Amino acid sequence: MTWVFDHLGLLGDLTVTHVYLSVLPVVIGLIIAIPLGWAASRWRPARAILLTVSGLLYTIPSLALIVILPALISTKTLDPINVIITLSVYTIALLVRSIADALSAVPGTVVAAATAIGYRPVRRFVGVEFPLAIPVVVAGLRVAMVSNISLVSVGALIGIAGYGQLFTNGFQLQFVTEIVTGIVATLLLALVADLLLQLIGRLLTPWTRVGR
Amino acid sequence: MNLLTSWLFDPTNWSGSTGVPARLVEHLWYTALALLIAIVIGFPLGALVGHTKRGGFALVGAANVLRALPTVGVLTLVVLLAGIGLVPPIAALTLLAIPPIMAGAYAGIQAVEPVVVDAARGVGMTEREVLFQVEIPNALPLIFGGVRSAALQVVATATIAAYVGLGGLGRYVFDGLALHDYPQMAGGAVLVAVLAVLVELVLTGVQRLVVSPGLRPVRTSGGIQR
Amino acid sequence: MKRTVAGLVTVLVAALGLTACGGGSGGDPLAGNNSGSQSPSDTITIGSANFAESQLLAEIYAAALTKAGVKVSKKLNIGSRETYIPALKDGSIDLIPEYSGTLLQYFDKNATATSADDVFAALPKALPSGLSVLDKSAAEDKDAIVVTKETADKYNAKSLSDLAPHCGDLVLGSAPEFQKRPDGIPGLQKNYNCTFKSFTSLDADGPLTVAALTQGSIQAADMFTTDSTIQKNGWVVLEDPKFNFAAQNVLPLINTSKASDTVKKALNAVSAKLDTKTLTDLNTKLAAPDKPDASKVASDWLASAGL
Repeated sequence: MTWVFDHLGLLGDLTVTHVYLSVLPVVIGLIIAIPLGWAASRWRPARAILLTVSGLLYTIPSLALIVILPALISTKTLDPINVIITLSVYTIALLVRSIADALSAVPGTVVAAATAIGYRPVRRFVGVEFPLAIPVVVAGLRVAMVSNISLVSVGALIGIAGYGQLFTNGFQLQFVTEIVTGIVATLLLALVADLLLQLIGRLLTPWTRVGR
Repeated sequence: MNLLTSWLFDPTNWSGSTGVPARLVEHLWYTALALLIAIVIGFPLGALVGHTKRGGFALVGAANVLRALPTVGVLTLVVLLAGIGLVPPIAALTLLAIPPIMAGAYAGIQAVEPVVVDAARGVGMTEREVLFQVEIPNALPLIFGGVRSAALQVVATATIAAYVGLGGLGRYVFDGLALHDYPQMAGGAVLVAVLAVLVELVLTGVQRLVVSPGLRPVRTSGGIQR
Repeated sequence: MKRTVAGLVTVLVAALGLTACGGGSGGDPLAGNNSGSQSPSDTITIGSANFAESQLLAEIYAAALTKAGVKVSKKLNIGSRETYIPALKDGSIDLIPEYSGTLLQYFDKNATATSADDVFAALPKALPSGLSVLDKSAAEDKDAIVVTKETADKYNAKSLSDLAPHCGDLVLGSAPEFQKRPDGIPGLQKNYNCTFKSFTSLDADGPLTVAALTQGSIQAADMFTTDSTIQKNGWVVLEDPKFNFAAQNVLPLINTSKASDTVKKALNAVSAKLDTKTLTDLNTKLAAPDKPDASKVASDWLASAGL
């Protein structure tokens, strides 16, 4: 335990890096997945292509993609951008399907009613269809977030910073305390992120809380 | 093109005990072993909780915690505590495969329509018969989904097992890193990616064979009314 | 099923297409991997290899330089020599603790010098321009082939020459780079006609190698002579009468442009006081159950050595 308190500075730095590397891809992934999911929900051919491609990208192990990317986009293997792109791709692949399904599941009657009141397509999407899809999106985001937090540690095996360094360093020195600290830190981070996402989801969908 | 394929297209890397086929077999062996043990442990647990409908909250919670565990952390910890060799890494891999299998079994079985289960009990089936002849067949899509998800995770994580001295395709990634040989690193990564996709395809095929046609999602031409 | 196959083909084609345009320009993605940030001109950036002793030595250099008033920054645990030399060459790190023999062989694969003085004399010519070594210390940490007492007794082997005829029955374990290094597998074959049954990639005298030798999954390991684990387990260091492993004196490898007089003075003073026994003792301290930080072990020693 004293080891933790003696190394709060180190843990702080690693936390910042780890949060940056796991949260940024989720944000990027979400932003890109929304229009893709919308396209998939609207047009059958788009749905077919997008879902099969994202299914396959989701299948590719992240460590493999992190290692292969430098050859594809001319970066260095230690460049954090590889992790960010890999995890963004992973997040997109995960979210496109849920967003597509959620948007398709919006009842036709609701859409018709909105149009009847005079909502133009964009306003209708932003004000009616997407909000109804939020619970499913948040569920997908939670899965993506927890996966990303765990995956960033994998990067440490090829030298990328984050909590993973606690594992590689602890392993090299045969220091169980350091590894356990890393595991606990990762779990805590995952818990906090998960709770925050749930909170945001609840704040954005006030109608689910009404009428108890 | 060259960076990714130069090592792969070199025939010397495909022969011998350190060649691709040998490493591929190792990799599949670790995957199969971990999956098998995870199924033996996770499936009964999930099925039981799904059938009795008791303890679901605890099960889902446990699965979520296990899912949030960082794979590298668990692997290094288990190896430090239990030594190297096959058993500790397989233990870590199994731990990671259990949540999807357990959750899939639970979700599938508890989602079987109560009407169907009632009817089965109504015609006099014992609890065991209800579970094996009604609930499990009806839950197969979700059960299989869990197994597929677990299989993918294990294939991916078996790559990392090379970090603690195991063989498998990950060996190329880490040796390549130590030898500063990017083509070898990338070759290993490409092989792992292709293997994962192949495993997914094979399991999807098996699922199509095993799952009753009556359970396949009906594709309507409906779509969205706009 | 058809759609999945179609999707697979699409992705593969796309990937191949991407590699065609992406692969050519970037060059080696591992080269200059650490040039995320160049070492600022007023700072000495100290690097270390991916094993504990290297980190300790780096911390010792760092503490000594800081005491001498030099601005220091650290980039530890970079990787094997194959990984950090490029970082030195491109300026992302300026200084790293090195071992004279293997360093010489890295730059001159045909080097024949084996004694401490010969190796040290041959270094300046072998090093690329821009890099230089400072004074060597008496401390030596050599690679050595280590076997368990049982193995040594079984083959009545005290040296590598004794073990050579039996190598084919044994599995060797070491860090991956040992397979290609001149004093590694190739050297053992050349000097002793010793070809092991197989090689297991583990780590540079780290937990994997120690565990493997203890458990018997390997019968011979390449370890470092200052590692106290060898004595603790009663293992046998095989003698090297044909000098496959050259002298390995610890010395600083530095970017010549950063080797100011202050820096040289501070580091040479450290090298003067560092000997093999001290290094072994410090390693033992580092491996204590409460795992003190390398920086603390380093500064404690500097204080006690009057530096």
